[in-house]
Amino acid sequence: MKTDAKICGMGHSMKRKEDPRFIRGQGNYVDDVVLPGMLYMDIVRSPHAHAKIKKIDTSKALKIPGVLAVIDGPTLEKYKLHWMPTISGDTQMVLPIDEVMYVAQEVCAVIATERYIAADGADAVEVDYEPLAPMMDPMKSIAPGAPVLRKDKAGKKDNIAFHWEAGDRAAAERALAACEVVAEQDVYLPRIHVASMETCGCVADFDAAQGKLTVHMTTQAPHAVRTVFALVAGHVGLSEERIRIISPDIGGGFGGKVPVYPGYVIAVAASVVIGKPVKWIEDRMENLQADSFARDYHMKVRLGAKKDGTMTALSIKTIADHGYTNASANPMKFPAGLFSICTGSYPMKNAFCEVDAVYTHKPPGGVAYRCSFRVTEAVHAIERVVDVLAQKLKMDPAELRMKNFIQPGQFPYKSALGWEYDSGNYPAALKKAMDIVGYEALRKEQKDKRARGELMGIGICSFTEIVGAGPSKDFDILGIKMFDSAEIRVHPTGKALARFGTKSQGQGHETTYAQIVAEELGIPAADVQVEEGDTDTAPYGLGTYASRSTPTSGAAAAMASRKIRAKAKTIAAHLLECSEVDLEWEPGKFFIKGVPGKFKTIQECAFAAYTNLPAGMEPGMEATNYYDPPNLTFPFGSYICVVDIDRGTGEVKVRRFVAVDDCGNIINPMIVDGQIHGGLAQGVGPALYEEIGYDEEGNVFGGSFLDYYVPTALECPTWETDKTVTPSPHHPLGAKGVGESATVGAPPAIANAVVDALSHLGVTHLDIPITPEKVWQQLRKAGAAL
Amino acid sequence: MAKHKISVTVNGAVREAEVESRLLLVHFLRENLRLTGTHVGCDTSHCGVCTVRLDGEPVKSCTLLAVQADGRSVNTVEGLEQGGKLHPMQEAFTEKHALQCGFCTPGMLMTASALLERNQNPSEQEIRQAISGNLCRCTGYLNIVKAVQYAAEKTRGAP
Repeated sequence: MKTDAKICGMGHSMKRKEDPRFIRGQGNYVDDVVLPGMLYMDIVRSPHAHAKIKKIDTSKALKIPGVLAVIDGPTLEKYKLHWMPTISGDTQMVLPIDEVMYVAQEVCAVIATERYIAADGADAVEVDYEPLAPMMDPMKSIAPGAPVLRKDKAGKKDNIAFHWEAGDRAAAERALAACEVVAEQDVYLPRIHVASMETCGCVADFDAAQGKLTVHMTTQAPHAVRTVFALVAGHVGLSEERIRIISPDIGGGFGGKVPVYPGYVIAVAASVVIGKPVKWIEDRMENLQADSFARDYHMKVRLGAKKDGTMTALSIKTIADHGYTNASANPMKFPAGLFSICTGSYPMKNAFCEVDAVYTHKPPGGVAYRCSFRVTEAVHAIERVVDVLAQKLKMDPAELRMKNFIQPGQFPYKSALGWEYDSGNYPAALKKAMDIVGYEALRKEQKDKRARGELMGIGICSFTEIVGAGPSKDFDILGIKMFDSAEIRVHPTGKALARFGTKSQGQGHETTYAQIVAEELGIPAADVQVEEGDTDTAPYGLGTYASRSTPTSGAAAAMASRKIRAKAKTIAAHLLECSEVDLEWEPGKFFIKGVPGKFKTIQECAFAAYTNLPAGMEPGMEATNYYDPPNLTFPFGSYICVVDIDRGTGEVKVRRFVAVDDCGNIINPMIVDGQIHGGLAQGVGPALYEEIGYDEEGNVFGGSFLDYYVPTALECPTWETDKTVTPSPHHPLGAKGVGESATVGAPPAIANAVVDALSHLGVTHLDIPITPEKVWQQLRKAGAAL
Repeated sequence: MAKHKISVTVNGAVREAEVESRLLLVHFLRENLRLTGTHVGCDTSHCGVCTVRLDGEPVKSCTLLAVQADGRSVNTVEGLEQGGKLHPMQEAFTEKHALQCGFCTPGMLMTASALLERNQNPSEQEIRQAISGNLCRCTGYLNIVKAVQYAAEKTRGAP
């Protein structure tokens, strides 16, 4: 570590600066915001997946004392606000005029003086529906002759939202045809929901006198939201300099708080029309049923290899169910996100992948669930099929991976699908994980247990992530380039204020960004105040998701700090009456080479920046950096999971989980471990429990915490974490980002472990979530159930 | 809507109010008393972010009516710190990085502090069982378990 515990730069497990308010219950989340005269909004939602709206009768609702207004589609149509773009450039209704397209779709909104009265009003609204046949199956929806769902799109003749592909189809087919062995597997990743503990909501506050709109809202990307609001509502007079988005403390995001949901827009419209602040807070069922889901990828995976296990070709064909509209939060050039990372940690020469995105009568979405744009889908596909190949070749899955890994000397590595992996050492990570878990002993234990009829499995996942979007030449959202920013002010007394375009939702930015400034300037992290989330004060940026904060704003913090250090050096030379070339830096001070007693601290330089400047120098000590990353970063790791299976119930118990991660250089080890722990739990959930499913009529399963099972402390094992460190060569701090690695890497490790436990019974694959029922059915089929 | 006069001792202070029959305890705390440390996370009593202590027992305040607290004692996260001194569980949560977004933290603290009062030396399994009605989406629970163990050690005065 370059800095001592007082400065607390990179590598220190500094206790979080956020914690004092949270442990006292003094966080400020959106539902804690109360403004004078504030009204409440409650939303009436569709019970049908597809229906014609014949009539909305609001008369009973409006008779309730305290109910002030009911806003419906025709109300918004008057202002041309009844439609809005999604962040993928598709379109969606804010409120419908005459047709609903999914269960839980917003139909109208009741505005009232109190929370409970707004709910009473919503109950009293009577909507007369004529149910229509819903299209719930993406395979039927994509078939020729299927009824067209998006009749609002002029000339639309099918239900394809988009087609996207990467790689050379013909070359991949030729290579696969020439393979001695091909592992083929259909892999489905179902709809899941981030289910952050805080639902979504906002307080929209339009000040008519000033013509200024302030929205306190649960958003991971406040600046992007401001720009979208200005673009969407410019025609009704909302201009970007008079829109202020404040993202307060956020109770978990994980991607679910990136999109702009209709509720936000309706609340804004209500505040503008009524002239008072309007609060809207989702309940959990609204959150699970209507907010953007993740996944819903049907993948056909083919992995070709030689008989000795050398992988040579990969092809993945995907049908993606996007529901009513493509509301993915993906960079514009990448409608299927970074799915083309699907060649994973292996140097196969030929690869091809394609995604056909389909409309159905399900809620819109395609956002991430704690992953960088469809990386989880890609990693699950490759890491599952590698195990299918191993089983086919009767090879140990660890041996097959070791045999194929891209080698450390091959970096920077150009993948067959076009990515330049920045750095990696895959064999080292897997070796370390195997040593920690005691791989050979576990294999022996498994053999002994099998002989006794007991079921245990060992599953491996050696993932490669792709995060930190992204370089502006390729990455934008609605045209806005995906750089991010830092603005640092050093005050005369040597304390600093640092502001960022990102927005923490629990990641601990207030601590880690302060540590970066401390690392670069030697100002103690305790003296650096970090602020994010207020668009009136923070510099512009695209926000926090896709593990991008450290790769973008973290880099910007380093670069802005370095600008300040350069200025401080000039000031130090002036104060020490020497030439700058005679100065050396150690964290916190410049000293004259060979004369360590003659120095000026960064705090003294800061004071001089306002009081005693070299002739001609501009006063002050501030710097801003907009960091446009030259490449993405490629964190990786190897996970090994051990499961035991109850032959009576089919229940899978995760006994051990070893996670060896490599996220490059580490800013705060304590926080990195915390991110991995949380990500692992969000891997256990989808692997074993979480799914939002629909029946043919469009009814939802998993629409409340009654049947959407989020893992508790009882389902999570004692995580065993370790690291390898392979710095990113292009990031100024050598860091890579870590927020999502574990969510990406854990599900295939768990799925592989379960299949491994059942492989001697003829099981080669199970789709997640691997519920007790699914396992029990397999056991029963094999005659192995108790 | 019928109104009822209630008197509830909240964090040691008697609070009187006239409330609707249907008012949930969590809304009484958050909106009438502006004690916003207690959060709301679901509608089905599963998530536990609304956990407070009613006559000492951890309860989910989204599933109780304010009138049910009449004449009783309620403790919330705001009452954990006493005379400027953090509760050992609060200190432990910071020390062991047992919180990230902070949304589940108040409920988790109330459940964990109640556990420690009935069992000063809980096993890992007892801790996991005790907090299994409190969901956390950020931490993966391990550091929460470690924090409870740490607070237990401190409370017992172990070295």
